[in-house]
Amino acid sequence: MSTAALLAAVAILGGVALVFATFIALADRKLKVWEDPRIDAVSGMLPAANCAACGYAGCRAFAEALVGARTQPAACTVMNDDAIQDVADYLGVAAGEAVKRVARLLCAGGVDVAMQQAEYRGYPTCAAAAAVASGGKGCTWGCLGLGDCADACDFDAIVMNAVGLPVVIPEKCTACGDCVTACPKDLFTIMPLDHHLLVQCKSLLAGEEVEALCRVACNACGRCVQDAAPGLIHMEDGLAVIDYSKIELADPKATSRCPTAAIVWLEGIQFPLERSLAGSARA
Amino acid sequence: MIGRNGFRHGVHPPERKELTSAVPIRRMPFPDEVVLPVRQHTGKPARIIVRRGERVERGDTLALADGFISSPVHASASGTVADIDWWPHPDGTSALAIRIAVDRYSPQVPRPRLVPAWNGLAPAEVVRAVQEAGVVGLGGAAFPTHVKLAPPKDQPVELILVNGAECEPYLTTDHRIMVEYPQRVHFGIRIMMHALGVQRAVIGVEKNKPDAIERLRETKPADLDVSVLPLRVKYPQGAEKMLIRSVLGREVPSGKLPSSVGVVVQNAGSVACLAEVFETGLPLVERIVTVTGEGVRRPANLIVPVGTKVGDAIRYCGGLTEDAAEIVFGGPMMGISQATLDTPIVKGTTGVLVLTRAQVPSRRVYPCIHCGRCLDACPVFLNPALLGQLARKGRYREMEAAHLADCMLCASCSYVCPSNIPLAQLFQAAKVGLRRQKASAA
Repeated sequence: MSTAALLAAVAILGGVALVFATFIALADRKLKVWEDPRIDAVSGMLPAANCAACGYAGCRAFAEALVGARTQPAACTVMNDDAIQDVADYLGVAAGEAVKRVARLLCAGGVDVAMQQAEYRGYPTCAAAAAVASGGKGCTWGCLGLGDCADACDFDAIVMNAVGLPVVIPEKCTACGDCVTACPKDLFTIMPLDHHLLVQCKSLLAGEEVEALCRVACNACGRCVQDAAPGLIHMEDGLAVIDYSKIELADPKATSRCPTAAIVWLEGIQFPLERSLAGSARA
Repeated sequence: MIGRNGFRHGVHPPERKELTSAVPIRRMPFPDEVVLPVRQHTGKPARIIVRRGERVERGDTLALADGFISSPVHASASGTVADIDWWPHPDGTSALAIRIAVDRYSPQVPRPRLVPAWNGLAPAEVVRAVQEAGVVGLGGAAFPTHVKLAPPKDQPVELILVNGAECEPYLTTDHRIMVEYPQRVHFGIRIMMHALGVQRAVIGVEKNKPDAIERLRETKPADLDVSVLPLRVKYPQGAEKMLIRSVLGREVPSGKLPSSVGVVVQNAGSVACLAEVFETGLPLVERIVTVTGEGVRRPANLIVPVGTKVGDAIRYCGGLTEDAAEIVFGGPMMGISQATLDTPIVKGTTGVLVLTRAQVPSRRVYPCIHCGRCLDACPVFLNPALLGQLARKGRYREMEAAHLADCMLCASCSYVCPSNIPLAQLFQAAKVGLRRQKASAA
């Protein structure tokens, strides 16, 4: 093959490359979308958990919102205070204040206090058990105890305890709400950690009928309604319902005469991690 | 063309129908209490119109239909409304239910003719009468019958297909109805033909019920274009879409109803029930149920008031055996296990099956070995192995793309799986999970 042919090939390919390179270079100039470089930087400082507890689609979307000053760093429930301060310092904004929120279970019916009327031997997930006679539990509203919530939690914040109740560890919980969607019985609710008053029952039955099924069920006796500040608690469908818009009126006194300890005053963790609940069930 | 086609795939579980297939239908005495959930049908729950302490006669309306796709509930025995509260429902949840303390010395004579006589009624009036009589499909899903009798105008129905397959093992209610009340089946077909303006009907019966086929042929009225078609014995022959495929060779498109191929399918027991309602003038207040299985002492086919607690029915059949372990509503393939003997037998309860300890061993679930048996078993040509893996990971949206909606939970896949993977149960949970995901996204 002659040298000329070789050179021609190089020249043609080189020429084509030059044309495309010019085109790309021009396109890069003309079509450039300017993006705030701080978005990348902030996004690098965020935990990359993409849990969406802040209300944005993921950490990147949250970073965009931060840079756009549409939210505050403290809205991230995953970062600790130092990390939040770092982001705030970088952006030169106030860290903001966020209410620490946690997931709470609206059931306290562990295997020691709730009646089990049949043995469930099917596939060991709550979703599967819910399809078969509510896992054999006497109460069809109660916690199935098979840990779908613990599986769903990305932060290892839920641990199943000895009596089959999910224990949410407040320090680890980011209030992302994955457990709320995972629970087939809709037993989780996300609430501020400083809302201490909680009715740990969802059974719509009342009186002896529900007491026969579970020792810690709300039997709708109505004592807490009388003991609490007026208007804070009312009875509805066999359950005490707390009006959380008036939560500042709450007082531990509301729980004092509850015959089943269905209404509780919580400080931090909801259930003991290790010990069985049997001792505390009937106060 | 008729009857030339089977459906492909499916399984052959042991039939075990001999326990009750020759036992004549008997009437069970009235229990002391009946429990009538407001949710006994597909569609919106009925609205309660009675109060605690009220006296009701057999056949009186307790709850009204809420909308068109809904069905009322009637008192199945004379007595007093003892309570209206939550009660265990056969689907495993709790449902609002009306409890009636049955009057022991009541003659149980209903008020005369609560349902109008059928002749002279226009088709639309028949549809209304059927709804007011609380008639629903008795084959399990309890779809309101009157909705089937009023199909969409743009989809003309040309054939009524009566489902006498009863492919679930153990169950013999439809079998006994076809043997003992074949005239009722034909009369029910006549009413359906009138309501739908259809001239032709086919009764599909599995070949393991030769006596039913013979009786239906013997009693066929001369003026009715009805043919009885023996079908191959294969599970799930009685599934609506499989039956249409077997009888007509037509395939109902995914996500569509049988009316899209010009067919209305109704099971034999429901057709007979329709006839009975117009014959006696009494709304749907009792049904025929097979109480069977190795765990019950005297298996039987019983006429029970709707709302009879399963414990009462089992006691009437001699009680449970020593080794009884599991009580299932429905058959062994698609039935739902019950946690308590207080669960009421509702309109959609086809059978009460009691299995023994030896029949329900705790079986370890092994990983999927990709043998593909479930693919060969699935009558709607899904890939249960793939769906099962997605279900275990909670990837419901991907399952939707893999046609989860076409799965009718027939459990053929669970039946053949050598690794004991409870596929149908996973799919059932996935269907619920998908619905929840969509609801929370909306």
